[in-house]
Amino acid sequence: MKKNKTIWEALLQSRFTDIFISIVLGFIVGAVFLVIMNIPIGKAYGKLFSSITSLKGFSYVVVYAVPYIVVGLSVAFSFRTGVFNIGAEGQFVVGSMAAACTGILLPNIPKPVLIPLCFLAAMAAGAVWGIIVGILKTKRGINEVLSMIMFNWVAFYLSNFIAGRPGIKNDGSAEATKNISENARTLLSADFIKEHGLCNTANWGILVAIAMMVIVWFVIEKTTLGYQLKAVGFNKYAAEYAGINVNGNILTALAISGALSGLGGALQLMGMGGRISIFSSQEGFGFAGIVVALIGCSNPFGVLIAGLFYGALTYGGSKLNLVGTPTQLISVIIGTIVFFISISVIFSTLRNPVNRKNASNLRTPTSQTRKE
Amino acid sequence: MTNFINEFGIILYATLIYTPPLLYAALGSCFSEVSGVVNIGIEGMMTAGAFTGTCVAYFTGSPLIGFICAGLAGMLFGALHALATVKLGADQTIAGTAINMLGPGIVIMIARVLFDSTDTIPLTPDQKIPTLFKGVFDTTTVFGRFMDNVFATYASTYLVFIAVIIVWFLFYKTKFGLRLRACGEHPLACETLGVNVISMRFLCVCISGFLSGLGGACVTMATSNQFRPISIVGQGFIAIAAVIFGKFRPQGALVGCLLFGLCSGLKVILGGSSGINMHLISMIPYIVTIIVLVLFVGKSHVPAANGKPYIKSK
Repeated sequence: MKKNKTIWEALLQSRFTDIFISIVLGFIVGAVFLVIMNIPIGKAYGKLFSSITSLKGFSYVVVYAVPYIVVGLSVAFSFRTGVFNIGAEGQFVVGSMAAACTGILLPNIPKPVLIPLCFLAAMAAGAVWGIIVGILKTKRGINEVLSMIMFNWVAFYLSNFIAGRPGIKNDGSAEATKNISENARTLLSADFIKEHGLCNTANWGILVAIAMMVIVWFVIEKTTLGYQLKAVGFNKYAAEYAGINVNGNILTALAISGALSGLGGALQLMGMGGRISIFSSQEGFGFAGIVVALIGCSNPFGVLIAGLFYGALTYGGSKLNLVGTPTQLISVIIGTIVFFISISVIFSTLRNPVNRKNASNLRTPTSQTRKE
Repeated sequence: MTNFINEFGIILYATLIYTPPLLYAALGSCFSEVSGVVNIGIEGMMTAGAFTGTCVAYFTGSPLIGFICAGLAGMLFGALHALATVKLGADQTIAGTAINMLGPGIVIMIARVLFDSTDTIPLTPDQKIPTLFKGVFDTTTVFGRFMDNVFATYASTYLVFIAVIIVWFLFYKTKFGLRLRACGEHPLACETLGVNVISMRFLCVCISGFLSGLGGACVTMATSNQFRPISIVGQGFIAIAAVIFGKFRPQGALVGCLLFGLCSGLKVILGGSSGINMHLISMIPYIVTIIVLVLFVGKSHVPAANGKPYIKSK
């Protein structure tokens, strides 16, 4: 009996509870807006939940979640290593484009070779995008937030440019690339999808996402590299004093984070779209990744759950129009959740005024290392 | 020569179209960052201002009231950010991310409800921010056309350049400015000398929201004549970049924004005539910014206490 109580207490004091309270508050604020807009709460939330609980709906959620999870891992990794990877968007875009080029230009390579090749191309492109920023930071002292914002847009226009090149561009009138080779798709077999009633873009990308989660966890928690990266992120002067190569580690951290975002782009392309459109504005996967990393407390397993949650809300939210509710309700709910997570320090203080150690659990690198 | 003057005039015209929204937001960002609060919620505050300004101008018919309300809407979100970061000690990046989701989410939702599921709000010419010196210059001469291109521009554009001077004066020539900068460099020392760091930062983040809101309104009420959900795409982040570029000084931010506006202006000229791929041309502002940074600017001095929540000791 006593043991149960301590587990209960431990749970109550954990970050998990803070996140849970924040999520509940997010839905409450969403409900307040529904009332203001004169939409029955049950109707909107009912649609939101019913659309994700069927097997088909859930398969959509998983498919939607894959890029969010992997980009979320990328941002979480950067948070843990003391860099704020606001450039995940650009890394995602170049990764996606590198995978597309590989999948379009090498159509005849067999599946078991082509798929890893696409992944590698995407990871390399993302890593390069991260390393450029890292070099600018370490060699010239240029603020990484600034250069990442710039490189997000360069990536965006570069992708649009490549998508319009002959040989890559769609033969028809669509403002998009050709479809990538079937050998580069990660889709489950059509029969399997039909038999189980899954969504028609059901793919095994989630397995890659889970593998990445394990790898990221292992690297951060169990390796010397992870220890060094964290040390640099925590206090780069102390790390330097301890003999750790600070600049080298910043580059490594950005390369790994960039590679993950690039992989996210590849998974999205090879699982869902199959081609890249010429966009008029950024798609916001990088931004979503930041949110997912925050909801998941920069913990790899937390990011997996947060990614699924984000995927569920995004997919469910896309069905809200059917019941006359603006899709933006989802942004309001998620925004509120993130807002309460940011101030969740006070939840733990309210629960346990003496113990304020939780207060330091949730600090992004900007609160530590922007002082150069 | 005539041709050159014409083109030069058009480039300046385009620069003055692109710069003001960024500059308003950048000045806002300066207030927040210099006082020690990272504000990546600028984008969300701009969207809130863009919508509110357009919406109020649409219903009241007065661009002035709309413009002021735009600032107030931005300020509301600024106050929310300040509440979380300054009063409650929240992580500033996380709170800013939340603002970036909440701002657009809430206003676009309101737009959908108010305007029957369309989210575009059109403005008639007299609901827009008025153009000053219109028809003053004789456009039949080369010189007159140049002057018309450069000086016959929106009132909001004149206002923002005046605002830069005011902010510069406030930052570097007044007691308030000294205290503000001290809050960002060493809040504890500041508090010891009797300055209330908490209220100082709260005020600065609110001002930051106000100016960002005005910046948003510039986009929808001056540059274009409608609010759309994609009216504000990335301008807030560009403004933040301009501030870092300008080493967290209003005059530096001015240079950053002008550089960016100028490149965007060049983009328009080149895009029309040269036959170079449009997407490549669109990269110019971003690449030039990086090059200028690498060659001439280098390391940015960040206010020492920037990003650190100040918790008043009992």
